[in-house]
Amino acid sequence: MKDNKKSSLLRSLSIGLAVLAVFVIYAYGFEVTKVNLEELRSEQRQTSLVRVTRALSQPDFFEYEQESQIVNAMVYVTCPADGSIPQVETPETTEPYITVSPVCAKAGEIVIVEGYNFAPNAKGPVRFVPGSDPTNLVELGNDVGQTNAEGYFKVEVKLPNRPSDEAQFIRATIRKNVGAPKFTQTAKDTWNKIIETVFLALLATTLGTILAIPLSFMAARNLMKPVRSPLASISLSTLGWPLGFAMGVYLVKWVSNFATPYTTNIVINLLSVVLIPIILSYVVRWALPQDNLSSTTLQVRLIRLAVLLIGVLIGFFGLYQLSGLIMNLGSGMAKTLGSLAFLGRFFIQLGDILKVSIPVIAALAAGGVLSNLLGKIGQRASEKLNISTVRILNLVSAALAGAVIFGLLGWLVEWLYQLGRPELTFWTPVIVGAVAGLLLALFTKPKDTLPIGLVIYTITRTILNTLRSVEALVMAIVFVIAVGIGPFAGVMALGLHTIVSLAKLYSEQVESIMAGPLEAITATGANRLQTIIYAVVPQIIPPYISYTMYRWDINVRMSTIIGFVGGGGIGFLLQQNINLLNYRAASAQMIAIAVVVSLMDYLSSVMREKVV
Amino acid sequence: MLQVKNLTKIYDGGFKALDNISFEVPKGQFLAVIGLSGSGKSTLLRCINRLIDPTAGEIFWDGDNVTAATPEELRRIRRKIGMVFQHFNLVHRSKVLTNVLAGRLGYVNPAWSLINRFPKEDTEKALKQLERVGIADKAYHRADELSGGQQQRVGIARALMQDPNMILADEPVASLDPVLAHSIMKHLEEINKNDGVTVLCSLHFLDLVHKYADRVVALNQGKIVFEGLPNEIDDQKFKDIYGRDAERVG
Ligand SMILES: Nc1ncnc2c1ncn2[C@@H]1O[C@H](COP(=O)(O)OP(=O)(O)OP(=O)(O)O)[C@@H](O)[C@H]1O
Ligand SMILES: [Mg+2]
Repeated sequence: MKDNKKSSLLRSLSIGLAVLAVFVIYAYGFEVTKVNLEELRSEQRQTSLVRVTRALSQPDFFEYEQESQIVNAMVYVTCPADGSIPQVETPETTEPYITVSPVCAKAGEIVIVEGYNFAPNAKGPVRFVPGSDPTNLVELGNDVGQTNAEGYFKVEVKLPNRPSDEAQFIRATIRKNVGAPKFTQTAKDTWNKIIETVFLALLATTLGTILAIPLSFMAARNLMKPVRSPLASISLSTLGWPLGFAMGVYLVKWVSNFATPYTTNIVINLLSVVLIPIILSYVVRWALPQDNLSSTTLQVRLIRLAVLLIGVLIGFFGLYQLSGLIMNLGSGMAKTLGSLAFLGRFFIQLGDILKVSIPVIAALAAGGVLSNLLGKIGQRASEKLNISTVRILNLVSAALAGAVIFGLLGWLVEWLYQLGRPELTFWTPVIVGAVAGLLLALFTKPKDTLPIGLVIYTITRTILNTLRSVEALVMAIVFVIAVGIGPFAGVMALGLHTIVSLAKLYSEQVESIMAGPLEAITATGANRLQTIIYAVVPQIIPPYISYTMYRWDINVRMSTIIGFVGGGGIGFLLQQNINLLNYRAASAQMIAIAVVVSLMDYLSSVMREKVV
Repeated sequence: MLQVKNLTKIYDGGFKALDNISFEVPKGQFLAVIGLSGSGKSTLLRCINRLIDPTAGEIFWDGDNVTAATPEELRRIRRKIGMVFQHFNLVHRSKVLTNVLAGRLGYVNPAWSLINRFPKEDTEKALKQLERVGIADKAYHRADELSGGQQQRVGIARALMQDPNMILADEPVASLDPVLAHSIMKHLEEINKNDGVTVLCSLHFLDLVHKYADRVVALNQGKIVFEGLPNEIDDQKFKDIYGRDAERVG
């Protein structure tokens, strides 16, 4: 009983404290965010708010051709000294005219101006024209006449301080809209930029999706956990990457030197693009027999490997020719197609992208192949050789691999900070790496396997998580510096952000697949890659598509504001117009964004439903 | 011949699922593995093709040391051992034919299989296996459009594609009705008798054991508590296998 009371007292006390804490937190929140309703009520704020709101409600989309009806009527500022009031007769006409009464008055006095026979429901300025010349362009005052349905208006005009003996004039310029409404320049600019925005998002999503897929496998625990390798295999395949990179780049440079002179010749382009795939298909069919069973001698295998290598070189020659062909076609189209010239320019860009990516493809492919090959050799060696030989192999290869990894890190540091002290950025890391490798080799049993999969998993996850926490907008600032202001910077920034966030989402999907099929495919004797293609990929296609759509949706939203920092798209225009206080234009852009984003929203939900 | 010597499996949490198990299975035998739920049947079958790595002990199959095999050797051993699962473990979104062809993955050239290219003979063979298990008309359906019994036939066809000399069947009929159970067991029996494939099959129902098995190994808490002919299981043995309070049904 006593216990109960105590605990209920404690509870109400702690609730009280919690309420107090919440109060303090919100009080502080108001303080730091400077919540100030006083300011909101001030007259100046109110008027500007009204002005902005009104401008925003009139988006600058349409304009009309205008026709003006300009009419003058005489007026005397100060009546003549002899007291005679000048006579102005009212015309009998169906043309527009205005009357002024009284016809003369002192400066500062008010006269009534009435207009007849004007266009109905139109308006325009009614102002004083100083001097006695009715064609004078100078007008004073800011009164506006608004005609009714009969084309009549009535305005009170205050005469300015321009006394004269001669007759002066009051001029009404009534404007009416004629013809169909037309798009304003703002509307056209907005349209161009919103198109740019959508395609910016499309490119970023495409780039991000392609690169996120392989990353997502590396960030999936269930796939990576079983990956274990002996140390020699790990070290050798680590060494394989940089070696392969260098080899690939070198080989491609050689091929490119050989191929470039012919890329401008469209006949050679066409011939190689047609012939090389045929040759390659024969090479591949011969060198990669479909049945893996037929046991082959080492000699045959080596010959096959050599033929494959030659095939690859020919293939790269063909790729250069393909890029040449595309670019040649593109420039041809750009010259002849007129308003469709952008298709030609697209081809030129495509060819250029292909040309630039050939060395990258080659480096990656060679790195992958060499790393795989050396890894296999390491694996075999660890299995077949005796323990002491394996130990020596481990020591040597691990020391080398450590030295290379740390050496590359040191090179990165040198490149970033330009220390210019090789003993710090080259020798120290190399030695530290070698020692680390040696220690690792000493402390593992020679034939043991290490959980390399988990290591790769952890590294990938860490990098993804770190990059994901950087906002795309911040990335855009960096890329604006790197590649200049414009949509390309936006594509890169959004693309990078898409890669990291999609890789995370995708990898979670991979982790939640059904384990049964994976187990069944493994049991058939399939290798890891086959297992992924046959057991993992079919299971993840629907969520991958749905996440990609979702991401495109996000990218469209993001690309509307990425222009704020110079990343291209409609944001640039919007920010400019806000800064210029051109709210009617800004309103047009805001509406465009809203329309596009909600359309995307709708489209992506429809497509997701269709696919999944 | 399959030889299991002093096999022990201790899971990561420290749980001992198999405790020093030894037995032999002559070539061509139909061996039933029985025991209570949790007695270690699945663990045992998965150790034999090393879907689970045993903690200690050795397994020999056809003279190959399965436990000491390198990854490459293991793939070569696995491709001759078919496996059939309680939940069929088909890839749902793939076609039936693709699921069956997956049985050839250990044989074909990996590079071609990655883009779903199989030799013509393999495709023909897959269709023939589907015919053998009686669902040739479903070859181009998606796997998840099939009923449970049909899915299990696909599973058997997939195992047959491996040209296996042993089939591990982990409760192949536990999620099927009794009529279907018999038809699936008949397929296994036919493969066992006609092709001379050794079959290790874990089962829950003793009538199935009596009808199809040549020999029985019974597990209880990771230990072998009975080894012999199906009709040697009398009431006493039954209580040893399934516990004191167990009642015999059927
Ligand atoms: N991955 C695992 N980690 C830890 N313990 C496990 C794991 N898998 C199984 N076990 C345990 O090992 C024991 C044997 O499991 P196993 O799946 O082999 O039993 P079983 O005889 O096949 O049972 P059932 O008839 O229900 O399929 C169980 O007690 C289970 O809890
Ligand atoms: Mg089980």
